[in-house]
Amino acid sequence: MTTSRTRFTAPQRLLHWLMAICILSMLFIGVGMVSTITPKYLTLVQIHKPLGIAILVLALIRLVLRIIYGAPALPADLSEPIKLAANLSQYIFYALMICMPLIGWGMLSAASYPVVLFGSVHLPSILPVSPSLHTLLWRAHYCLAFAFFAFILMHVAAILFHKLIRNDGVFEAMAPVLTRNRSK
Amino acid sequence: MIESSSSPGTFRLGRLLIIATVVGVAAIAFAYTAGWLSPQRLTPKKIVAGLAPPGGPALGHRRNHAKGICFTGTFEANGAGSSLSKARVFVPGQYPVVGRFNLATADPNAADAMVRVRGIGIQITTPDGQEWRSAMIDAPIFPVSTPQGFYELLTASGSKDPDAMKNFIAAHPEFTTFLGWAKTAPWTGSYAEERYNSLNSFLFVDSMGATHPIRWSLVPTAQPLAISPDELAKRGPDVLEQEITQRVAASPQRWKLVVTVANPSDPTADPNKAWPPDRRTVEVGTLTVQQIEPERDGPCLNINYDPTVLPSGITTSDDPFPAARSAAYSRSYNSRTAEASHYPGTETGAKQ
Repeated sequence: MTTSRTRFTAPQRLLHWLMAICILSMLFIGVGMVSTITPKYLTLVQIHKPLGIAILVLALIRLVLRIIYGAPALPADLSEPIKLAANLSQYIFYALMICMPLIGWGMLSAASYPVVLFGSVHLPSILPVSPSLHTLLWRAHYCLAFAFFAFILMHVAAILFHKLIRNDGVFEAMAPVLTRNRSK
Repeated sequence: MIESSSSPGTFRLGRLLIIATVVGVAAIAFAYTAGWLSPQRLTPKKIVAGLAPPGGPALGHRRNHAKGICFTGTFEANGAGSSLSKARVFVPGQYPVVGRFNLATADPNAADAMVRVRGIGIQITTPDGQEWRSAMIDAPIFPVSTPQGFYELLTASGSKDPDAMKNFIAAHPEFTTFLGWAKTAPWTGSYAEERYNSLNSFLFVDSMGATHPIRWSLVPTAQPLAISPDELAKRGPDVLEQEITQRVAASPQRWKLVVTVANPSDPTADPNKAWPPDRRTVEVGTLTVQQIEPERDGPCLNINYDPTVLPSGITTSDDPFPAARSAAYSRSYNSRTAEASHYPGTETGAKQ
């Protein structure tokens, strides 16, 4: 779904950059926490859980906004494979943003851990306790985290390519502030 | 915008280099955070690997305290704990407990008389869904003062170097206090006769928000009867599980949960240092063990007795061990649940 707008709406841009910070933090916290036994471990785990749920909520809001407002069209001169990759990458990001928190939540449920957000606030279990489910979800969470980071690196490389090499307005569509006049 | 002063080709190359640098720096930062560039970092993986016996870990089992038996019962709070902590679990009432008696060994088939340290894991659940998990042992102090020291103990115990333990003790003289207990403290013939200690210090947070550094112990109501390890060995390799099963079937077994409150100068960061015996204690309730169940398909099998699963009103202190234990227990849990098919006779496991 596309729109005649040349930029995403302000709420979409706000959510994009807010979630960019959240998700990058989340991925660094995730790989950091499983590699340490210092008290930082607990701090990181305590951030990881509520931040993951926050990302889930934000991703669902963002999905609704995307359905309502759509996205600006890609530059007409982009080749079809590049357009396909660009569109596909957006589906992948939405899938990851929504699935990763759910997998994490399910993984904790299957391992009989309480899903504590903060203080006495905790979420219900969403799956039965099961070693096989836990293993499946844990492996998925682990592998998808690296895939997520790899996709983000590709995303960053691609958007910098659009900005620095092509200067075709794709970056401006999501830029927090307008950095150039679209009509070149 | 970046202005180019040279040819379009160089301009393009320069900008591609910028892109490559941004992506490269991000990837390196990620690798550093993951510990891939820091081989010296003490990771959960190293601790758990250090626990494994020379032949490798017992697949499907906890990486330490591998031999154990489940129980269910209740914790009955008497209300006295509420003066120190706002935790729901201290409000007078009965709360269900799923627990596990265990031996501090990586071998699930170890003979009872070969294992010096015994433990208990408990999970208390309150009606609001909060949980308090604790894994305690019968030693009055922990063998070492720091998680790094514990890793060095594991390394030294597994070393082929005949001087490894001697060197370890020279570097960690606090270990001799533990050895003194291990050599002189009487053995008992029952899980029910042991006192189990948190060793780690935690903080109780009261309703005013004030924190109280504390440790806790489960003090048995059963009278401990000392027996020699030789006598224990004669009773059979699994006598502790047989004995507790019969004993609980005959009558529920009880422990008083006693909280010890630190004085301001007491060491809270070092579980190797006991607090003076005159410290204020508060009896906050009673653990009643009502039924013993085999670990296989038992209610404790899939529970990780992570000591940092705490209700609101209890938090970790400056003691570095609960975090280290949580990190290592999690890795152990992930490994053993992935190997569930190796656990003999479980629903998902191979019939062996």
